[in-house]
Amino acid sequence: MNLEAKNYSWKMFRNLYDNDTTVWSPQGRLFQVEYAMEAVKQGAATVGLKSKDYAVLIALCRASETETMQPKIMPVDMHLGISISGLTADARLICQYMRTECMSFRHSYADSMPVNRLVTNLGNKMQATTQRYDRRPYGVGILVAGYDDGGSHLYQVMPSAVVLSCKAMAIGARSQTARTYLERHLDSFESSSMDELICHGIQAIRGTLGHSHEENAALTINVAIVGANQPFKTFGEEENLKYLDMAKLMGNPVEEADEAKHSDDDLLGQGPSATPDPENDEDASIATVASTEET
Amino acid sequence: MLNNYNSIAQPMWQNGPTPGAFYNFTGGQQQTQKLPKELTTAGPFGTKRSTSSITTGSSVLGIRYDGGVMIAADTLVSYGSLARYQNINRVFAINDSIILGGGGDFADIQSIKRTIDQKMIEDQCYADGISMKPKALSSWLTRVLYNRRSRMNPLYIDVVVGGIEQDGTPFLSNVDLRGRAHEDYVVATGFARHLALPLVRERKPKDRDFTAEEAFELIRKCMEVLYYRDTRNMAQYTVGVCNATGTTIDGPCTVSENWSFAATIKGY
Repeated sequence: MNLEAKNYSWKMFRNLYDNDTTVWSPQGRLFQVEYAMEAVKQGAATVGLKSKDYAVLIALCRASETETMQPKIMPVDMHLGISISGLTADARLICQYMRTECMSFRHSYADSMPVNRLVTNLGNKMQATTQRYDRRPYGVGILVAGYDDGGSHLYQVMPSAVVLSCKAMAIGARSQTARTYLERHLDSFESSSMDELICHGIQAIRGTLGHSHEENAALTINVAIVGANQPFKTFGEEENLKYLDMAKLMGNPVEEADEAKHSDDDLLGQGPSATPDPENDEDASIATVASTEET
Repeated sequence: MLNNYNSIAQPMWQNGPTPGAFYNFTGGQQQTQKLPKELTTAGPFGTKRSTSSITTGSSVLGIRYDGGVMIAADTLVSYGSLARYQNINRVFAINDSIILGGGGDFADIQSIKRTIDQKMIEDQCYADGISMKPKALSSWLTRVLYNRRSRMNPLYIDVVVGGIEQDGTPFLSNVDLRGRAHEDYVVATGFARHLALPLVRERKPKDRDFTAEEAFELIRKCMEVLYYRDTRNMAQYTVGVCNATGTTIDGPCTVSENWSFAATIKGY
């Protein structure tokens, strides 16, 4: 062990504790779980928000001539759907699990599964992967939008198995801009109409596009909605364009220049993305204490 | 993989040999699955005849009216032809929006009621303000009873499930031991199916639901008819009522019996 320490002393201190999910760091962190959170940030942004009667998911889907559209928004049941950011393969598995649970509930009880019970079960299932030596955390963050007897719901589920009920949320690359927009307009969502809600969501996600024109061309905005008397529905191309135009009339999204003060991380405890710094490795471990993922 | 502390040896791999047991090497016919002892022992009880009931509740009657549902059952649990337990409430308040009346083998009723109570506790543990609806319970019961029947090990019960749905509409259904479910404005089990159903159907107004007074009057009348004509009934009964304000079990009520007409009866 001493030999290893000598060889890796130039790297960040934390690398000694990141080989296994089941190893704690001296600061009480699980680095593998935090690395899994990083995977979420690699995915394109997705935004969710809800009003009293509706919950809306907006996603930036990568589309180019060479690749087929990666599915970002996945319907789970008539009253529930998810939008993902991160490893699509892991997302597919989670989506399949949620669909099976909903279907099984419907078979037994002839009714739609309450959203919070489904996400609780999902959270418990994901937690198991953070506590076993032979599993790894799921590398995908999901936003769950649903409507049941308790009204509209929006949940954020992260690889750390943290399940948060949200009024509005954004995850993925450059999602801080979207979160800022959502925070600014948070009070207006509850009483928004369906159109207003969608437009807010589109405005929020436009802030995450970045300035690269090539990237803009490669990303399309997809919208899905669920609510009272509205089964989960992903909009087609026409409707997407219609709402895109409607949103542009609303005003400007948050500019990325404004965001220079805020880092893309940690305001919601989503984990660090600090890069290793060989010159300052002693300080690095102290600097990242503030961003622990414990709830 | 999670449970490594079982005392019985597990197969080494799926369909593989179990240490200490005989292993059927491939090539021959599939070994017939070993049925549990209760399905293979001969004799009248505890036996192949798992389709007999022992202590039984008789009729249960349910009526749906404009504001909710009412379920009535007498308070007798018989042991064959012996009127053994004469003060048993067979109508249960499951939660604020469901009532259940149990007929058939009473041990099975108590068993399924216990499972349902556990489900209610689970609902409370979730603490999300969502409680089970009558239609969901009825659907779940149907699945369980059908599954048991398909495994040749039925719960010998005939239940009436009723209550108020989330949007305020009353719901009433009957599920039997074979997992047959049926939803209607009047349902009954046992002898009430023959005696009470035609009576209630005859009095149903064509264009509207019953009112609460009409429903209660019908229940009173039907319980009276059942007491006179069903030999496994008694004159005391309880009525469960579920409406927008909640569930109550009223009773015990007594049939106002009058046998003076008996002397005039000739034949049947």
